[in-house]
Amino acid sequence: MTNSISDIRETDLMFVIGSNTTENHPVIANFMRQAKKRGAKLIVADPREIDLAKIADIYLQIKPGSNIALINAMMHEIIKNKWYDQEFVAAQTEGFAELAAHIQDFTPEKVAEVCAVSAEDIKKAAQMYAAAEKAGIFYAMGITQHLSGVHATMALSNLAMLCGNLGKEAAGINPLRGQNNVQGASDMGCLPGDYPGYQKVYHPEARKKFEQAWGVSLPAKTGLTLSEIIHGGADGTIKFLYITGENPMMTDPDLKKVRHSLTSLEFLVVQDIFLTETAALADVVLPASSFAEKDGTFTNTERRVQRVRKAIEPIGDSKPDWVIFSELMARLGRPQSYRSPADIMAEIAGLVPEYAGITYERLDEVGIQWPCYSADHPGTPILHQDKIERGKGLFVTVDNISSAELANYDYPFIMTTGRNLYQYHAMSMSGKVDELNKKASESYIEINTATVERLGLKDGDQVKVTSRRGSLITTVKATDRIAEEVMFMPMHFADAKVNYLTNTVTDKMAKIPELKVAAVRVEKV
Amino acid sequence: MAKIIIDEQSYEVKDNLTIYEACRQAGIILPALMYDDRLEPVASCDLSVVEVEGEKKLVNACTQRISDGMKIQTQTARVREARKKVLTDLLAKHPLDCEQCSTAVQCKLQAYVQEYEIPHPTQKSSNKNYELDESNPFYIINPNKCLACELCVRVCSELQGVGALEINDKGYVQRKLTVECESCGNCIDICPVRAIIPKRFAEEYAQELAVMGKEQASEQTRHVKTTCSYCGVGCQLELVVLNEKVIDVKPVKVPPNNGLLCVKGKFGHKFINHPTRLKTPLIRKNGKLVEADWDEAYDLITKKVKEIKSKYGSDAFAGLSSARYTNEENYLFQKLVRTVFGTNNVDHCARL
Repeated sequence: MTNSISDIRETDLMFVIGSNTTENHPVIANFMRQAKKRGAKLIVADPREIDLAKIADIYLQIKPGSNIALINAMMHEIIKNKWYDQEFVAAQTEGFAELAAHIQDFTPEKVAEVCAVSAEDIKKAAQMYAAAEKAGIFYAMGITQHLSGVHATMALSNLAMLCGNLGKEAAGINPLRGQNNVQGASDMGCLPGDYPGYQKVYHPEARKKFEQAWGVSLPAKTGLTLSEIIHGGADGTIKFLYITGENPMMTDPDLKKVRHSLTSLEFLVVQDIFLTETAALADVVLPASSFAEKDGTFTNTERRVQRVRKAIEPIGDSKPDWVIFSELMARLGRPQSYRSPADIMAEIAGLVPEYAGITYERLDEVGIQWPCYSADHPGTPILHQDKIERGKGLFVTVDNISSAELANYDYPFIMTTGRNLYQYHAMSMSGKVDELNKKASESYIEINTATVERLGLKDGDQVKVTSRRGSLITTVKATDRIAEEVMFMPMHFADAKVNYLTNTVTDKMAKIPELKVAAVRVEKV
Repeated sequence: MAKIIIDEQSYEVKDNLTIYEACRQAGIILPALMYDDRLEPVASCDLSVVEVEGEKKLVNACTQRISDGMKIQTQTARVREARKKVLTDLLAKHPLDCEQCSTAVQCKLQAYVQEYEIPHPTQKSSNKNYELDESNPFYIINPNKCLACELCVRVCSELQGVGALEINDKGYVQRKLTVECESCGNCIDICPVRAIIPKRFAEEYAQELAVMGKEQASEQTRHVKTTCSYCGVGCQLELVVLNEKVIDVKPVKVPPNNGLLCVKGKFGHKFINHPTRLKTPLIRKNGKLVEADWDEAYDLITKKVKEIKSKYGSDAFAGLSSARYTNEENYLFQKLVRTVFGTNNVDHCARL
C-alpha cells in the first residue's frame, strides 16, 4: 500500500476493484464500512456482487479479464472532460500525451461491451473518482491473477496519478496483500532476482555488497520463479527442492502436473507445522513451530513491521524455522552465530536500507512502516509524499488483453476463483478449527440462478465441473450475485481442489498464473 | 489548548475534549464501564461522575466537554458516594457468581466493586433466570449478566458495520434474527462483564478450573501480545495462554486494527495446539514416511545436498520460502539457498 490502513477512515472515495475485502481482509473492510457511513463514496468493480457492492454508490459487475478496459475507459472519460489534476500531471508525471492518445479508443461505449456493464455507469464512476479530493484505490488478486496482471496494476497507477491521488493522505494505490507476511518475504529477498531490500542480483554492486557481508561468492544469474521451480522436477532442471510453509499441492494451478513434477524430483524436503498434501510427497519432513512458538517480525500490507512474540514452547520436538535453517547451515559448512531472531534483524538492518532503523525495542508498542532509514527515522506512513520515488511518475500505456481462455462450445462458462470468510488459503490452519468448519467445510460452485435453471439443475445438486486440465465434483450454490455466464469456486477445499481446473498460463513479467479465469463446462452427476 | 485544573493540579489539554478524555491525557483514568474511545460518547452508567466547580450537580465525564479554566474534582467523598451507589445498583442486577464465572481475569465490574468496597448483597441479588443463547458456533450470550450498556450493540453496528445485536424489551442483549452475524467476536471483548464469551474458551477454561481452581488459573494465565498470522492486515492481538495452551485471543487497541478482529483472528487459533501438529521429523523409508530424530533427518539432507551438488551443480537446487514465516526466517532461508546451495532459485507464494 502506498498509504496506511488508518487513512481509510479519512478518505473521500474508495475504488475497490478485484478485492473481496470483507472476506479476505475483514478488518480493512470494517474501516471501509465506517468511512462509507461517515459519507465517503464507494465504487466497486468485481464479477461477483460482493458484500461491499451492496453498500456501493456504483457497482460495476465486470466480466473476468476486463479490468484494464474499464480503467482505461475511466481515464478516457476523465481526460476528455478535463477532470484530471492538471497541476499534478504537469509537475509530477511524464508520458501524459502518450496516455491521452492511447486511451482515445477506449470509449465507455466500446468498453461497455467488453466489460458487460453500461457505458453510463462507467462514465459515472469516472466522474465520481475524479471529483473526489482524496480517493484511494484498493485491489487484490482479482487484478493480479490474470495474464495481464502487471499491466492492470500499471493502469491503476495511471488512474491514481492522473487525478493526483499519489503522495497524499487517504488516497493512493493500495494492494491488499493476502498472507500475513507476503510483504516481508518479498522484502527479505525470497525472490529469484532480488537480494533483501529489492537489491538486484544482476547488479554487480549489489552482488559485491552481499558477497562481502556473507563471505561467499554469489551467482549472478537470476533464478527461477515459483512456477518454473514447481514444474522443474518434471522438466529435469530441478533435482533438489526445499519447500517451507507452503502447500503447492493445493494452491498451484494444474495440480495433476504439480504432483507429477514433485514426485519426479530426486529429493524433496518439506518443512511445515502439519502433514500437508505437499508434505505427504516429501522424502524428509521437518516439523516447524507455529507463530505462537517463536519471536520475530511480520510486515503487513501497509509495510508495517510488527513483532511476533513467543507465547508457548514449541510443540513436541518441533523447532522454530530459524533454528532449523541455522542448524542446517552449520551442518552444510556455513555456521551462523545468531543467538536469537533479534540478531538476525540486526543483520537485516545493516543490509536493507528500508529496514535500517528497525529494532525490536522500537517495535515494542506499535510497528513501524518502512522505509525507516535510521534509528531516529519515524517510518513512512505514505509513500511518494515529497516527490515520486522515481523522480517523475511515468504513465505506461497498456491495452486490454483477453484472458488465455474464453468461453466456447465445449467450455461455455468462465470460472473464477476466490476465498471464503471462514477459511484461509489451503486450510492447513483454519481447517483445524471445528467452529470454522461448521461455517464452511465443503466446496461449492456459485452459479447464477437463471443458469442453474437453464442447465436443468437445482441448488444443492452435485455437478461435475470440467476444464481443459481436469474435472471435479462439487455442489451447486444458486445465487444472483454472479452473472449468468460466470461461475465461482472457492480455492480452500480439499474435497474438490479447484486448482485441478485452473490455468497455468502466467503474466509474462510477474509470472503470476491466471487463476481467475478458466473456461469450464458443468454437468449433472 | 485549554487550561484546566484536575484535583488541584494544572494541566494544559486539547480543546473540546470530554472531561473523561482530558483526565486520561492527564494520566487520570476515571472509572467507566460503558466507555470506549472509538465510539461517540454517551451518558450511560454515571460511574465517571466528577465535581465541577460552579456546577451544583455532579457531572458525567464521558459526555461533558471541558472549558477553559474548568476546575474538576475526581475523588471527593461526594463523588465516591455517587459511584458507590451506581455500583450497588448495578450489582443488584448482576449475578454474584464470580467464582464460577468464565473469566480468566477480573471483569471490569468486579474490579470496581473491589476498588469501591461494595459489599455483596446479602440476599440473592439477581432473580433473572434467562436461558443462555448458544446458537452461534463461536460464542455464548448469557443474558443474566448483561447490564444493557449497549457497547456490544454499538461495536457491531458502528465499528463492525453489521448490526446483528440489539437490547430487547426485557433489557438484555440478543441476536437479531434478520441480520447475518459475521462472528467477528468484537462484541466479546468490549463487554464489561463477560455477558458474551467465546465457547471454546469457556470449555477449556472450565476444564482447567476443575483442576486448578480460580485463583491459580488467574495467576497462571498469561497474555502475550503478537501479530495475527492469517491475512496481510497484521492485526495486533494477545494470545491468552494457560498451561501451555492458547485458550483465547483478544484484540489490542493499536494500529492497524484498533481493537478489532475478524472471525479467523478471534476464533481461528485452535490449530496451534491441535493434536495433528507434526512433532518429530519424518523420513521416507520403503515408500512410507516414518518418524525419525533430528540428527537422522539432518544427516540425510546433508548427504543428499552433497550428492546432488556434485552430480548436477548448484542450479539443480531450489527453495520455496513462505509468506507465513517471519522476516528473520525468510531472510535466513534465502541466505541458505544463495550461500549454501549456491543458486538464486528462491521464491515464495506472492504470486498465488
